[in-house]
Amino acid sequence: MKRDFKFYIKLFVSCFELSAFTFGGGYVIVSLMRKKFVNKLGWLEDSEMIDFTAMAQSSPGAIAVNAAFLIGFKLAGALGAAITVLATILPPLIILYTVSFGYEAFRDNTVVQSVFLGMRAGVAAVIADVVISMAQSVFKNKAFVSVGIAVSAFVAVAVFSVSVIIIIPVCGFLGFLLYSKKDEEVGKQ
Amino acid sequence: MIYLEIFWSFFQIGLFSIGGGLVTLPLIQNQVVNLHGWLTLDEFADVVTVSEMTPGPIAINAATFVGARVGGAAGAVIATFGFIFPSLIITSVIAYLYLKYNKFGYLKAILSGLRPAVVGLIASAGLSILILAFFRGGGFPSDLSDINFFAVILFAVCLFILRKYKAHPILVLAVAGAAGGVFYSVFGLG
Repeated sequence: MKRDFKFYIKLFVSCFELSAFTFGGGYVIVSLMRKKFVNKLGWLEDSEMIDFTAMAQSSPGAIAVNAAFLIGFKLAGALGAAITVLATILPPLIILYTVSFGYEAFRDNTVVQSVFLGMRAGVAAVIADVVISMAQSVFKNKAFVSVGIAVSAFVAVAVFSVSVIIIIPVCGFLGFLLYSKKDEEVGKQ
Repeated sequence: MIYLEIFWSFFQIGLFSIGGGLVTLPLIQNQVVNLHGWLTLDEFADVVTVSEMTPGPIAINAATFVGARVGGAAGAVIATFGFIFPSLIITSVIAYLYLKYNKFGYLKAILSGLRPAVVGLIASAGLSILILAFFRGGGFPSDLSDINFFAVILFAVCLFILRKYKAHPILVLAVAGAAGGVFYSVFGLG
């Protein structure tokens, strides 16, 4: 493809649209990125997009931003990466900044408070739903180590108020010790 | 220097939020509610609600909203950039290593340890919102009249719809909002 002005505009608009109109967060946006850049525009190979998704998921931060960064860099270097990242973070920046004004203005309104209070029970249900689904997939294999890590992490934060920033590196290191050894053994067989 | 504090807080949130989406919630709660006191637990619950109800990545939504509440337009931009900064560096390193060695082994091992931990962490953030929703005063109740029975029923109904019919979260939140709007307007906020 030609990297002219039209190409950069197209790149920007594609990412902007995906971020502005996709509800449901990272995983949904990434699957739509695949549709757009692989199937519709044909700018990327499917195997490349699969690699990008794996890399984006393995890195910290928002998966959609990481994926946008990799796509932009692959297509047009540093300038491309800057364009795709900016296009992905601009819609939530604009929308949420506007909403935060509305929140300031209407938070003392009784009806708005009532609606928010109702949605709070709904949000608790949405989080519970996600936790149940994630727990099912972790506990499914009857891997006692995984169950132990999940329960310990919960108790450490909820009961003993241990900082999340301590738990994440510790569990990552634990995984490194437990599972990279296993891989080696598998490799030897 | 509030902007520097916002940047550093969201830098840490971005650095440790592996796995996407809701993983950011316990980290934001830790930094913004527990450590800095920029938001109350009530306002944090509202941030989560707003982030779920708007399009775009939830982490960026939450970063922008908190940044705007704490430091205006500049705060929103700084929080967002603070959040994405560490992840872009690490993504570059991972992409470089992957393209050079074409191996994910160690990374996969680390993630295998993190995945179950993340379930526990999200559950803990969910629990604090649940307690906030169920009990007036935001803590465990001293007597039964502290329990908001309407919220308990609403939670149970929402969870049932989500599990049984795989309903879209936005739809469930809209219904819960409408139900709350009617109920609390008629019977008071309690």
